[in-house]
Amino acid sequence: MYEFAYHRPATVAEAVALIADEDVLPLAGGQTLIPTLKQRLAMPAALVDLGGLAELRGLRRDGDALVIGAATTHAEIAASDLVRQTVPALAALAQRIGDPQVRNRGTLGGSIANADPAADYPAAVVGLGASVHTDRRTIDGDAVFIDLFTTALEPGELITAVSVPVPRAAAYEKAAQPASGYAVVGVLVARTAAGVRVGVTGAGPCAFRATALERALDAAFTPEAARAVTIPADGLNDDLHASAAYRAALIPVLAARAVAACG
Amino acid sequence: MSIPIRLTVNGREAAVTVEPRTLLVEVLRTHLHLTGTHVGCDTSQCGACVVLMDGRSVKACTVLAVQADGGAITTIEGLADGDTLHPMQQAFHDHHALQCGFCTPGMVLSAVDLVSRHPDPSDDQIRADLDGNLCRCTGYQPIVRAVRAGAQAMRARPAAEAGARGRHV
Ligand SMILES: Cc1cc2nc3c(=O)[nH]c(=O)nc-3n(C[C@H](O)[C@H](O)[C@H](O)COP(=O)(O)OP(=O)(O)OC[C@H]3O[C@@H](n4cnc5c(N)ncnc54)[C@H](O)[C@@H]3O)c2cc1C
Ligand code: FES
Ligand code: FES
Repeated sequence: MYEFAYHRPATVAEAVALIADEDVLPLAGGQTLIPTLKQRLAMPAALVDLGGLAELRGLRRDGDALVIGAATTHAEIAASDLVRQTVPALAALAQRIGDPQVRNRGTLGGSIANADPAADYPAAVVGLGASVHTDRRTIDGDAVFIDLFTTALEPGELITAVSVPVPRAAAYEKAAQPASGYAVVGVLVARTAAGVRVGVTGAGPCAFRATALERALDAAFTPEAARAVTIPADGLNDDLHASAAYRAALIPVLAARAVAACG
Repeated sequence: MSIPIRLTVNGREAAVTVEPRTLLVEVLRTHLHLTGTHVGCDTSQCGACVVLMDGRSVKACTVLAVQADGGAITTIEGLADGDTLHPMQQAFHDHHALQCGFCTPGMVLSAVDLVSRHPDPSDDQIRADLDGNLCRCTGYQPIVRAVRAGAQAMRARPAAEAGARGRHV
């Protein structure tokens, strides 16, 4: 690791002021950032530890939405009675991220900001139509992920919380890469007041909605209807874990399993 | 930039001065000479470096020492009570759950964390929870048996004895 300076602010306002400098990065769980620093793929002048900010932690119900602080860990989300009761699919998704040690440190906000194409939460942000709150605005779930490791966040913008509208039913299914747990493909299907939503991660450069599946499932919410949809392989990821054609084939299969799990 | 931090390691106060980039595992091994915490991969894959931080298992190669400031750390050296092994250590011994022993400190601490959340884990839970710990020797079967037996022994322990070891272990 290159040398860097370290700050541990006590308020979100202080943290935001510190990360306004483009050479300064926020540090959440560090489960992605610390390995990145070790590989010298990033060279920040300073890190701003979000670990001391109680304002960024915790879970609460706010009307029809579940509001989760950005620095809430995967383990906290997986174990939360509130999440298990309102959006059990999200608790189950969090429980399948990495391993217990990664879940004890890694955070929702860190995962979203990082926008790994194979990360799990992006499927939920897109599939559940969540809103991402930052220090300056609210970003619609559909507009968060732009490209490979690229989000709509501006330099120096801090994610503070995520609001998840409580769906009528939802389920997440993934084909996990066995060594890391990351999604080769992950599909979240949600029945919402506004119709069916399908969020897909792992398959493309960033998470996206599978609108063909949404239309088919709006017409008939059955596993067969999902399986009958063909997803084109164009533009999907093609790497040593899976070909683009295989990923394209997995999307309706996992969607069908998620529909079955929705009951 | 050097930063003074305070940790409670195995129940004892420790004050050290570190650089921001110093890892928790370096403080344990190099500053405090607690070399029971191993470094296998240094890339958060293998779990040889697992310790408990405020009662929860973490990979000490992927935590900055400054992030642990003010925290309570339990390493493998903190489990035994004098010459009496912790029930999970004893179970690893009894069930032949180690050969070279390199993975063992991390395995034992991950298992202790598991039992603190699930006092009576199923074999599936044990396997799922040891996902972050790699062993190149045993083939894992004896480890699963040891964790099952260790959990049973921890449940059978009088509360006072468990309390004397600290809230979490
Ligand atoms: C062995 C291993 C297995 C894993 N398996 C999986 C898996 O199966 N599925 C999965 O989804 N992930 C997996 N991960 C990644 C893990 O979930 C990370 O915790 C997560 O991607 C990053 O979260 P973090 O809190 O650790 O963020 P950090 O590493 O601290 O930060 C990541 C990036 O986000 C930025 N950032 C952090 N918080 C904020 C914020 N509030 N606002 C703006 N920017 C912010 C940081 O500056 C940094 O650029 C795995 C990681 C490891 C090491
Ligand atoms: S040394 Fe920390 S996980 Fe391998
Ligand atoms: S006993 Fe040798 S690595 Fe596990």
